[in-house]
Amino acid sequence: MTQSGPFPQGTITSVNGRAFALRGDDIDTDRIIPARFLKCVSFDALGSQAFADDRQELAGDHPFDQAAHVGASILVVNGNFGCGSSREHAPQALMRWGIRALVGVSFAEIFHGNCLALGIPCATASSDQIKQLQAAVSADATASWSLDLQACQFRSEAAGEWGVGFESGALEMLLSGRWDATSQLVARDAELKQTMAALPYLNGF
Amino acid sequence: MSSGTLYDKVWDLHSVADLPGGPTQLLIGLHLIHEVTSPQAFAALEDKGLPVRCPDRTVATVDHIVPTTSQARPFADSLAEEMLSTLERNCARHGITLYGLGSGRQGIVHVIAPELGLTQPGMTVACGDSHTSTHGAFGAIAFGIGTSQVRDVLASQSLAMNKLKVRRLWFENRLSPGVFAKDLILHVIRTLGVKAGVGHAYEFAGPAIEALSMEERMTLCNMAIEGGARCGYVSPDQVTFDYLAGRPEAPEGEAWDRAVQWWRSLASDADARFDDEVRFDAAAIAPIVTWGITPGQGIGVDETVPTTEQMDPADRPIAEEAYRYMDLAPGSAIAGVPVDVCFIGSCTNGRLSDLQAAADVARGRQVADGIKAFVVPGSEQVARAAEAEGLDQVFRAAGFDWREPGCSMCLAMNPDRLEGRQISASSSNRNFKGRQGSATGRTLLMSPAMVAAAAIHGAVTDVRNLAPAEG
Ligand code: SF4
Repeated sequence: MTQSGPFPQGTITSVNGRAFALRGDDIDTDRIIPARFLKCVSFDALGSQAFADDRQELAGDHPFDQAAHVGASILVVNGNFGCGSSREHAPQALMRWGIRALVGVSFAEIFHGNCLALGIPCATASSDQIKQLQAAVSADATASWSLDLQACQFRSEAAGEWGVGFESGALEMLLSGRWDATSQLVARDAELKQTMAALPYLNGF
Repeated sequence: MSSGTLYDKVWDLHSVADLPGGPTQLLIGLHLIHEVTSPQAFAALEDKGLPVRCPDRTVATVDHIVPTTSQARPFADSLAEEMLSTLERNCARHGITLYGLGSGRQGIVHVIAPELGLTQPGMTVACGDSHTSTHGAFGAIAFGIGTSQVRDVLASQSLAMNKLKVRRLWFENRLSPGVFAKDLILHVIRTLGVKAGVGHAYEFAGPAIEALSMEERMTLCNMAIEGGARCGYVSPDQVTFDYLAGRPEAPEGEAWDRAVQWWRSLASDADARFDDEVRFDAAAIAPIVTWGITPGQGIGVDETVPTTEQMDPADRPIAEEAYRYMDLAPGSAIAGVPVDVCFIGSCTNGRLSDLQAAADVARGRQVADGIKAFVVPGSEQVARAAEAEGLDQVFRAAGFDWREPGCSMCLAMNPDRLEGRQISASSSNRNFKGRQGSATGRTLLMSPAMVAAAAIHGAVTDVRNLAPAEG
């Protein structure tokens, strides 16, 4: 079930791939990844555990279980997606399942921040537009879609194009590739060495 | 803006670069890891294909999930076993020193780093655990971080941080007999509140602080986080240097002399500027007991549970919730409240002097009928030192269990936990709902001596009123 493609890196100007809908307002992080999966040593297994309880309840009918959606990378959701606990495990689970971008009416603030730290763009559109979009992606699960961060568009050749919005700070960070603290920190190794060289306790006093 | 404080000096010495958008890249001098918050960080590092930048500046131990009864491997809890073996694998793969069970150096991360001399003045210290503030006792700038920041430190030996404001907490006079650093910090938190420290580093200073031992200073800084301050510290002085001298990781010979000179220069200047200051009279502080569900809900052992009329309107909703959860009536005395479980341990109060203070109360007395009382030393070194003094015998003779080191019932990730609505007298640091392993369990925070007194009487007792024990 888990897509093996590379995780996001560097500048993110667009996310391309198949898309599908997950309907419902206020889908909280407990539903995205139930609490019992937090006692774990890596985020690796989280991909297959995304929506574990919802999926069990729907016995194969959940969007994350449908064969046509395997390998898709864009999820179209409704309002207040990702509310509840701050667990980083939630976007990790989605990412490890294969999701690389979200389009929805609105996203909970902490969830949105966690997504940004992983390089997962969260695009927004009005609730009417999202309904149309959900219908469009559901009409043809094989269609290729593109979430274009520069043009602020979500489009497919067959279904047309929709304007979408991004939180401005997040958009700037994704486009410039500065969403990832680790790479910024790693990039300044020369300065780091200088700072280390001047510290008595790192140099035998 | 502060200037000339230890915080300012250490911050400047560790600043690597200004990052786009405002934060500073701060070099981390000592990184401590344990089994619970590190595995995902290592996994993330491997996802990114990055090595550990400075394996020799990271030190690992196991504490959170280890059982305190039998530590034979594999553990009965297979998930705990997996977390431990994952840490072992990660450390071996990346060349990180791990002080594991039976190494003689294992224990709670905030107990072992100081006792090994790893924590030194002027360092920046980070660990994926909020009580990293403990290390500020040495005049280090030390703070807890989340899992993604653990990854950042592993990858770059640095963090993206914003500078804090510095508040000086000044303490006149001395603590009275029977009153400890635990009481002092609980008093600070009950006076200023649990959010007052947000955005601040707390500098603890004044005659009462200078008179504290290093272990007491660690207790104090440990709970700065409960007051909302991400870090707390004490400027280094002769007490600090005397503690460090001869520790395994401390400098020796001429390097020691140069180190002491440098450390002295880092103390806050006499004319340092603080963002603000609060003054306390240490002599007026009584033993404190928490009655509620936040560490700020504390009172002197001789006081009564406050009524809502006595408190700020903003504090009333959480107080109402606390009365219900704790089943303690506003206006009732805290002394005499019966307890079920007595826990002595944790990174707040699991050091030798804590066990000595508790043993002084327990010596020649008996734990009351029906009370479960146990002592969990903070580290293997603490355990061996206590045993060498016969403290284990004192506790056992009094009816306490003597356990193996770990975090234990501080957070109950191991089998030590409250059951149902049990109420504990605990020397740990958090009294949140459900913290000690039962969703309805209740916690009264207090000093180790007060926990021992509660165990003897089966109820909250003012340790200052205990008659000297016979024998
Ligand atoms: S003793 Fe408690 S507070 Fe300290 S490190 Fe362990 S779990 Fe955290």
